Amino acid sequence: MSNTTTTAEHQPIIVRRSFWQLAWRELRRAPPTAWFGMIVIALYIFAAVFAPWIAPYSETELVGGAYEPWSAQFLLGTDQLGRDFLSRLIYASRNTIGIAVLTTAISFTLGGLLGLLSAVLGGWVDQILGRGVDVLMAIPQLIFALVLLSIVGASLINLVLIIAVLDSTRVYRLTRAVAMNVVVMDFVEAAKLQGEKIHWIMTREVLPNILPPLTAEFGLRFCFVFLTISALSFLGLGIQPPTADWGSMVKENATLINYGNITPLLPAGAIALLTVAVNFVVDWFLHKTSGLKG
Amino acid sequence: MNAIVRTILQRLGLGVVTLFVVSMIISLAMAMLPSDFAQSILGQAATPDTVKAFREEIGLDRSPVIRYVDWVGGIVTGDFGMSFAGAGSLSGNRRPVIDLIQPRLMNTLFLASMTAIVAVPLALVLGMLAALYRNSLFDRTVNVVTLTAVSSPEFFLAYVLMVFFVSQWHIFPSLAKVDANTAFFERVYRCALPSLTLLLIIVAQMMRMTRAAIINLLSSPYIEMARLKGIAPRQIIFRHALPNAWAPIANVIALNLAYLVVGVVIVEAVFVYPGIGKLMVDSVQRKDLPVVQGCALIFAATYILLNLAADIVSIVTNPRLLHPR
Amino acid sequence: MAQQSAAATSQKGDVLLDIRGLRIEGESDEIWHEIVKGIDLKLHRGEVLGLIGESGAGKSTLGLAAMGYARPGCRITAGSIMFNGVDLAKLGEPEKREIWGKRVAYVAQSAAASFNPAHKLIDQYVETPTWHRVMNGDEARRNAVDLYRRLRLPNPESIGNRYPHQVSGGQLQRAMTAMSMSCRPDLIIFDEPTTALDVTTQIEVLAAIKDVVRQLNTAAIYITHDLAVVAQMADRIMVLRYGELVEEATTRKMLSQPEQPYTKSLWAVRSLHKDEQAGPDLLLRVNAVDASYGGAVKVLENVTVFVPRGRTVAVVGESGSGKSTLARVITGLLPPQTGDIVFDGQTLPPALKSRPKELLRRMQMIYQMPDTALNPRRRVRDILGRALEHHLGLKGRARDKRILELLDMVELDQRFVDRLPSEVSGGQKQRLCIARALAVNPELIICDEVTSALDQIVAEGILKLLLRLQKELKVSYLYITHDLATVRAIADEIVIMHRGRVVRSGPKTQVLTPPFDSYTDLLLSSVPEMDPDWLDGLLTRRGTTPVPANA
Repeated sequence: MSNTTTTAEHQPIIVRRSFWQLAWRELRRAPPTAWFGMIVIALYIFAAVFAPWIAPYSETELVGGAYEPWSAQFLLGTDQLGRDFLSRLIYASRNTIGIAVLTTAISFTLGGLLGLLSAVLGGWVDQILGRGVDVLMAIPQLIFALVLLSIVGASLINLVLIIAVLDSTRVYRLTRAVAMNVVVMDFVEAAKLQGEKIHWIMTREVLPNILPPLTAEFGLRFCFVFLTISALSFLGLGIQPPTADWGSMVKENATLINYGNITPLLPAGAIALLTVAVNFVVDWFLHKTSGLKG
Repeated sequence: MNAIVRTILQRLGLGVVTLFVVSMIISLAMAMLPSDFAQSILGQAATPDTVKAFREEIGLDRSPVIRYVDWVGGIVTGDFGMSFAGAGSLSGNRRPVIDLIQPRLMNTLFLASMTAIVAVPLALVLGMLAALYRNSLFDRTVNVVTLTAVSSPEFFLAYVLMVFFVSQWHIFPSLAKVDANTAFFERVYRCALPSLTLLLIIVAQMMRMTRAAIINLLSSPYIEMARLKGIAPRQIIFRHALPNAWAPIANVIALNLAYLVVGVVIVEAVFVYPGIGKLMVDSVQRKDLPVVQGCALIFAATYILLNLAADIVSIVTNPRLLHPR
Repeated sequence: MAQQSAAATSQKGDVLLDIRGLRIEGESDEIWHEIVKGIDLKLHRGEVLGLIGESGAGKSTLGLAAMGYARPGCRITAGSIMFNGVDLAKLGEPEKREIWGKRVAYVAQSAAASFNPAHKLIDQYVETPTWHRVMNGDEARRNAVDLYRRLRLPNPESIGNRYPHQVSGGQLQRAMTAMSMSCRPDLIIFDEPTTALDVTTQIEVLAAIKDVVRQLNTAAIYITHDLAVVAQMADRIMVLRYGELVEEATTRKMLSQPEQPYTKSLWAVRSLHKDEQAGPDLLLRVNAVDASYGGAVKVLENVTVFVPRGRTVAVVGESGSGKSTLARVITGLLPPQTGDIVFDGQTLPPALKSRPKELLRRMQMIYQMPDTALNPRRRVRDILGRALEHHLGLKGRARDKRILELLDMVELDQRFVDRLPSEVSGGQKQRLCIARALAVNPELIICDEVTSALDQIVAEGILKLLLRLQKELKVSYLYITHDLATVRAIADEIVIMHRGRVVRSGPKTQVLTPPFDSYTDLLLSSVPEMDPDWLDGLLTRRGTTPVPANA
C-alpha cells in the first residue's frame, strides 16, 4: 500500500485508500476459517431476526405428544412437553443470543468506562478500582454467579445484571492495559498541557486508539458470556422456562441421550458452532491488527 | 536470597488478605436476601414460631458484621455451620455443612487430579511442538481443533462423549456413581468419562497458551543472538529458552488448573458425579445458603492458592531476584 | 594476493569477504519490497570497514547478510556472498552454523536484550568456543578473563560471574564484544554498538573495541549513523542510502574530500552556527528549584535557569542529568519541592491544574518522538484546529484559513490538511508538532530533544525552521538536548546539567571556552570530532583513561 515517492520533503508520501477499499482488500485476503466464521454468524443473525417467519410452529404451543421422533411433520421431533423442537431451536437463537449481546454490551460499557478512567486518572482512583477488581476476580465467575443467584433468585434481570457486573472486571483489566499503553504517549501529555478535560482526553485522545483490541475483546467477551449463560441455563439457574433457550433445552431433553437420540445435542451444538465462528473471526481480526507474523 | 523470601511472604500475605475480603463479600451477599426468605425455605406449613426461630438462627436480624465474624470464627475452627436442608420438617435431621462438603471435596479432588496428571504434560508437549513447528500443517490443524474444543460448552463435549462411549460403544457408564467404598480402579473406571471431558478442554486451552508463550519467548533478541553464535536449535531450546520459560508456563498451568475448578461444576452435573461442584449446584437450587457459602469459599481459596503458586514460581525463577545487583 | 580497488587504497591482506550484486527484500503487510538494491562489498583480512547511512538505508540488513543471515521477514533474492571462498547465499543453515560464532561473529545494538538474563556472562562466553569445539571450558574461561582485561572491564576475573542485569550498559557492550571474539573469528560485525550509550560512556567502549580489533587483527564491519564515530574506527567507509551505495572511500579521503552531495550533507548540522545575542529582558526564571519523584532522592537540586525573551537557551546533559525533569517542572507536571518559577514577571502556580488556560497557551512543548507526539487517529486538520479552537476560539472559515497559514509557516504543502500522522514522514511530523505549538501564539516553546530522533539532513531542516521562526515571531526556546553540535547551531545561552545540578551556565561562547570544571571538560571532550586521529589523541591526552560512573 505504501507508495513511497522520492521524498521531496514537502510532499505527503503515502497514497491513500478509503476505509471501504481497505476493508474489502482485507476480506479478500482472509483465511477460510474467518470466512466460515463470518458466514455462520450471518446465518445466526438471520435466524434470530426472522425467527417468527422461519419457524414452522410457535415457541410455546403444544403441538404433539412428548418426545415424538423426527418426522415430516416435526422435523426434529418434539420436546418433553410436546412442543416442536425445531421451532424452539430457532426461537432460542433470539433469546440466547439477544440476552448474551445485551449482557455483553452492559459489561463492556461498565468495564470499559472504568478501565479508561483508571488509566487516564491514575493515582488513588486507579488503586481503588484495581484492588476492587482484583478481589472480585479472585472468585471464579461461575461460582460467584451461583452464589448471587442463590440469594437473589434466577430472574432474567438478575441474571443479566450479575453476569454483566462480574464480566466487566475482565473488560476493565483489558481496557486499562491497552489504555495505559496509549496514556504514556506524548500526545496525551500534550493534551493535558493544553488544559483539556478528562472526558475529552478519554474519548477523543485515548479511545480511538484502543478500538481494535476492544473490538476483538467484545467478541471474546460475548463468547464467554454466551457460554456462561448457557451453562447456568443448563443447570437450571439461568433463563427460565417457558422461554426457549439452548442451554435449558439441552437439560430438559437430556434423557433422550440415554436412548441414543442425539436431538438434545443440537442446541448444544448450536452454542458451540456460534462460539467457534466468533472465535475464528476474532482470531483473524487480532492477527491483522496486532501485525503478528504467524 | 532475602529479596526472594521477602517477596514470597508478601505474596502469601496478599493471598490471605484477599481470601478474607472474599469471605466478607460472600457473607455480605446475604444482605441481599428478600425479607420472606426464612418463610420460603421452611415452606408454607411452617408455624410463625418456627420461622422466627429459624430467622434467629441464621442471623437475619443481626448486623452483617456480627454475622460475618461468627461465620469466619466458625470456619477457622472447622465449623461451617448447619445445612438448611431439613429445617422445616419435624424430624429436623440437619447436618453440619462440613460433613456434607468433606467427602464431596475428596471426590472432586480425585477427579481433578486424575485429569491434571495426564492433561498437564500432554498439553505442554503438544504446545511446545506446535510452537517449534509453527505454521506447519500440524500446527494449523491443532489450532483449529483446539479452538473448537475451547469454544464448545462443557456439556456439549460431555454429551458427545456420552453418545459415543456409552450409547454406541458401551464402554463406560453414563453415571459416575462413586461413594466412600469404591475401590481405586473402579473409581478410575467410573470417572473416566467426566475426566476425559475435562481433559479435552484443559488440554486444548493449555496447549494454545503454551504455544503462545513459547512463540513469544522465541522472538526474544537473545534467542537470535544464540542462533548467530552457531548454536543448534535443540540446544537453544534447552539452554536458552527453557530457563526463561518456567514463569510463563507456570502461569499457564495455574490459570488452567483454576479453570478446571469451574469446569468441574458442569461436568459433575452432567455425569451426576458426587463432587463439590454438584453439591454446590444442588444447594443453590435448594437455597441451602450455608452450603453454598462454604463451597464458594473453598473454590475461591483454591483459585487464590493456584494463582499464588504461579506467582511464586515466577518469583523463584526470576534471575533479577535470584541475583540482586 | 592483495587487490587494489580504485577507491580503496588501504587494505591489509587477502580478500576475506566479497559480496557481489546483493539484493535483499523485506516484507511488510504481506508485500515484499527491496531493502538492499544490488550492493558490492569487498573486505580484506584485518581491515575495518565502516557502513554508514541513515535509518532505513539497509545497513543493518547488509551487515547481517555479510554473515549469510536474513531476519524473519527478509530474504536474499540475488547476489553472492563469498566468505573465505564459500558462497554463503547458497548454503543451508546447518552449514552456515559451522561458521557463525566461529569464523564470523555479530555484536548487536542492545547488549541488554541480547544476553540471556538467566545465565552468567562468562557461561554465555564459554558456550560458543565449547560448542564449536575450538577449546575446552577451562581454556575458554581463561581466555574470557584475558579479553575482559583487554577491553578494560573492571574486575576482569570476577565480572564474568555476574548476570546481565547486574552490569551497566557500557560494560555489557564490552562483554558482548568479548563474547564475539571468543573463537577468534576472522570477521566481526558491529551493529551500532554505541548508539544507545551516553557520550561519555561511548568513549570507553570505542577505545576498547578499537584496541582489541587491532591487537587481534580481526576484520570488522562497523555499522553506525554517526560519521564522527565511524571516522575513529574504520579504515574505509561506505555510505548507503535507500539500499544503494552512494560513495566509498578511505576514511581520510572521505572526510577531507567527499564527492557526493549526500555525503557532504551528512555533517550538515555541524556547519550550522548561530551567533549568540543577549536578550532584552527575562521571560522565564527558574529559581533554585528542587524536585523529586516522591522519594528521598532529588532529581533536581538547586537548579536556576534564566530564559531571555526571544532567545534560545540550550539545556545540555546526559541521561540522568535531570534535563527532562526540568521541563516537567516548568510545565507544572511535577511541582517542585522548593524554589519557584516566574514567567513574565508572575510567579506560576506550581501544579498544572491550578494554572489558568491563558497561561497554558503562552508556554508550549514539542517532543522528541514525532511518532508518539501526534494522535495517530486524528487528522492534521483536527489536531491544529483543536488547538486554535481551544485557546483562541477560532471556528469555521477563520480557523481553516489559519490552519493553512500555519502549514505554510512550517513549509508544508496544503495537501497535509487531510492527512493522518501515519501518512507523513518523521521530519514532516515534527514540523506539524511545531505548527501545533505555534498555532496558539506562545511566548515560550520548550523543545525536548526535538531533533534527536531525526536523521541528520531532516534535523538540519528543522533547526533552520526553528531559527527562522524565532526571528519572525520573537518566540523563546528552551532547547533540551544532549548533542553539542545542535547546541552550537542554535543556542544563545547554554546550561550544562549533571546529576540534577547546574554545572555551568551562561552565554554560549563563554560556556564553551576553557577553563572548564571537570565534568564540562569530560563532556565536551567526549564528543567525537571528524578527525580519524581524534580518539587516539584524546586517550593520550587523558593519560589513564577516566572511567565515568555509568560506563
